[in-house]
Amino acid sequence: MMANPLRARGGIKPAHHKTESSGQAIRRVPLPARLVVPLRQDSQGTARAIVAVGDKALKGQLIGVPEEARGTAVHAPTSGTVVGIGPYPVPHPSGLDALCVVIEPDGEERQIEHLRLDTARASRDELIAHLQHSGIVGLGGAVFPSHIKLGKGGVDTLVINGAECEPWITCDDRLMREQSGAVLSGARLLARLAGAQRVLIGIEDNKPQAIAAMREATREVVEREAESAVSVSVVSVPARYPAGDARQLIRALTGVEIPYGRRSDAFGIQCFNVGTAHAVHRALDHGEPLTSRIVTVTGNVERPGNYEVLLGTPANELLALCGVRPGTGHVLMGGPMMGFALPRPEVPVVKATNCLIATSQALFPPAEAEQPCIRCGNCARVCPTGLQPFELYWFSRARNLDRVADYHLFDCMECGCCAYVCPAHIPLVDYFRYAKDAIRGRDEERRAADRARARFEFRGFRIEREKAEKAARLAAKAAETRAAQAAAPDGQPDAQALIAAALSRAQAQNGAAAESPPLSPPPES
Amino acid sequence: MTNPPYIHQPVSIRRVMLTVLVALIPGIVAYVYQVGAGILVNLSIATVVALVAEAGVLWLRAKPVWVALTDGSAVVAAWLVALTLPSIVPWWLTVTAILVAIVGVKHLYGGLGQNPFNPAMAAYCTMIVAYPALMSQWPAAGHTDFLPQLHLILGGSRDIDGVTGATALDALRTGLRNSQTVNNVLNNDIFGVVGGRGWEWIALAYLVGGLFLLARRTITWHQPVGFIAGLGLIATVSWLIQPERFASPLFHLASGGAMLASFFIVTDPVSGATTPWGKFIFAFCVGLLAWLIRVFGVYPEGVAFAVLLMNLFVPLIDMKTQPAVFGYRDRKRP
Ligand code: SF4
Ligand code: SF4
Repeated sequence: MMANPLRARGGIKPAHHKTESSGQAIRRVPLPARLVVPLRQDSQGTARAIVAVGDKALKGQLIGVPEEARGTAVHAPTSGTVVGIGPYPVPHPSGLDALCVVIEPDGEERQIEHLRLDTARASRDELIAHLQHSGIVGLGGAVFPSHIKLGKGGVDTLVINGAECEPWITCDDRLMREQSGAVLSGARLLARLAGAQRVLIGIEDNKPQAIAAMREATREVVEREAESAVSVSVVSVPARYPAGDARQLIRALTGVEIPYGRRSDAFGIQCFNVGTAHAVHRALDHGEPLTSRIVTVTGNVERPGNYEVLLGTPANELLALCGVRPGTGHVLMGGPMMGFALPRPEVPVVKATNCLIATSQALFPPAEAEQPCIRCGNCARVCPTGLQPFELYWFSRARNLDRVADYHLFDCMECGCCAYVCPAHIPLVDYFRYAKDAIRGRDEERRAADRARARFEFRGFRIEREKAEKAARLAAKAAETRAAQAAAPDGQPDAQALIAAALSRAQAQNGAAAESPPLSPPPES
Repeated sequence: MTNPPYIHQPVSIRRVMLTVLVALIPGIVAYVYQVGAGILVNLSIATVVALVAEAGVLWLRAKPVWVALTDGSAVVAAWLVALTLPSIVPWWLTVTAILVAIVGVKHLYGGLGQNPFNPAMAAYCTMIVAYPALMSQWPAAGHTDFLPQLHLILGGSRDIDGVTGATALDALRTGLRNSQTVNNVLNNDIFGVVGGRGWEWIALAYLVGGLFLLARRTITWHQPVGFIAGLGLIATVSWLIQPERFASPLFHLASGGAMLASFFIVTDPVSGATTPWGKFIFAFCVGLLAWLIRVFGVYPEGVAFAVLLMNLFVPLIDMKTQPAVFGYRDRKRP
């Protein structure tokens, strides 16, 4: 029953910097002066605002409904007044503004009546729909809607990701230590919804307390319900970045390698983050929509730690509470390996915000100047996907897009291990993103060209068809005139003949249309 | 500070090159001890010329001079060239060899990281073709007097008696040509325990340096093991079949540039294969070819030619040995 963690290949072991923030219990932060809640909170689409400026909202009240089946709902994180709806800066690497609802809290935290579900009785579809309406998305950072992941079913193994392999981040660690029971019941709900018979909870071995807490919770459940349909094991996996990547963790726990281009449910496995499991428990067992999350605030701050933060809280206010030290530069959202620098300090905390790191020159020395690749192969040694990053780099530089795709560029998960170890300080991930964009752009261009050609060819076809029809008409007309002339020896067509000719013309036309060579439009590609 | 990752391992090309230089020191010390301090003069000449040539070419190519000059790659190339030439060649020969390596092989192909051929080996081959006589006068082990060596290096008349001696590979070759058996030849006092007297200790010192590189993970086991396996395998087989005609594998491994080659030459990342199996195959073939050239070719030491030949096959080897990508292990490679 207990899966043995398999030795993984590649990966790195950067300084973990976990102890800065992992020592203290999760704290709540005071209400900010205003909350800026983006209407796009999942990877699928932007919700439609159903409140107007001036409206009062209660905590947990629906303020944005999904435009389509794949989207998720957005809720007011606290009670207050809607004071603005419009584009505001959001935490996205592009730095572009996005549609947000701005709420001024009234400080009363009045809650909307929670919809209580009887989870034991409710049907699977009802529960999954409820997740969508509760705004449940992957809290590991990818914010993929959970209801889509669960939608298909057909899964036998549910992997719960508590690896948390990126340096500095400890929000999942704290959550597992403090809320192990809630995480576990969320995991069991997820297993039921996914149809899984076993749950594997993978935690890196540098979090012994979290492992102990989860094991204890599991033991209690087993004692309580001796006959459980689902088996749960907590597996400690060797600490190594990126052990917490879903496919890497799945491999460590089950031995199944899922190509980066495929979805895991095709292999009967589905993976959720521990934070997501917790949110699922809150949504289904308590009817609470997702309006807050645990955020690790760390780096160059006086009071690093984990905080329960309302979505929409401005990042700079949160950081200020933790005492930003002098000499702070950019603020990173997410970890230092795959996160990004916030475009503006005041962007709100969103469902993807697992960690905010205040950087400083000392903690994050700037990257050194890029030098030529010496083909030392260090990058290939650490690539968890087994790619040859330097080959990808040479081909990207040469803009040899076909070769770079042949060398599995699209299996690169952009984990950054290669760039981390490169002695030539080459920003390899930048090159790979650039090449991916270039290939996608080219493919898009090709498709557009194909469409244009198809359109053009169809136009040619139409012109041809019209010509053929015209020719048939003219021929019929000529024949009819000839026939009329022949019928009237004095050279004047008589009425009888004209009528006959008109009939035959009509027939000829019908016939021509029916018998004309099968000009079929070129297939739309 | 714009794009991830925002943290980096404290590594640099300079550090890699420095590690290689450090790893060469045991070999150089043994060299000085066994053969004399002449090698130090050659190393100095080579270093200075390499740095000047590197700076000059970078300046001509309008590239930033300082970063590239201090990355250490020119010095590593210079030391490897100097260590593969006989240590009593006249200074101008060392200078020419360095110019071939740095200007001809490294920069004409685009600079650091771009050269398809191993610079040191290309320089060695050019020199042995151009100056076969000078290139086969090796100092004799034990004759460590510095002044006669310096005299020769500075271009003095090549009165070489008492300074030079036949190398082990040379002596074996000549002996076998004169229809002696291997055992007869090896009875000569220029031979030591397994290879050339004195030279075998230098080989051992290179091995020590090589193990250091392995321990520091500057190189991986693939090339040294591949080279030793390639050379050792064919030498063992031939020796088992005809011990009177073919020298033992130990002799081959301890003689000539075998140890230098296995840890410092076939491990050159730039001109060698890069995939794990590719590295092994590349080095294995070099070892095999080196033996063939030693035994059947016209030049006594075959490593250099073998390396250049295999450099040509690197793209093919790399292409055919791409490791399986995560999730595609059971499928055909592209
Ligand atoms: S680690 Fe850097 S220098 Fe080494 S092969 Fe990879 S890209 Fe080239
Ligand atoms: S970023 Fe891509 S190429 Fe680099 S180590 Fe990660 S998966 Fe491999």
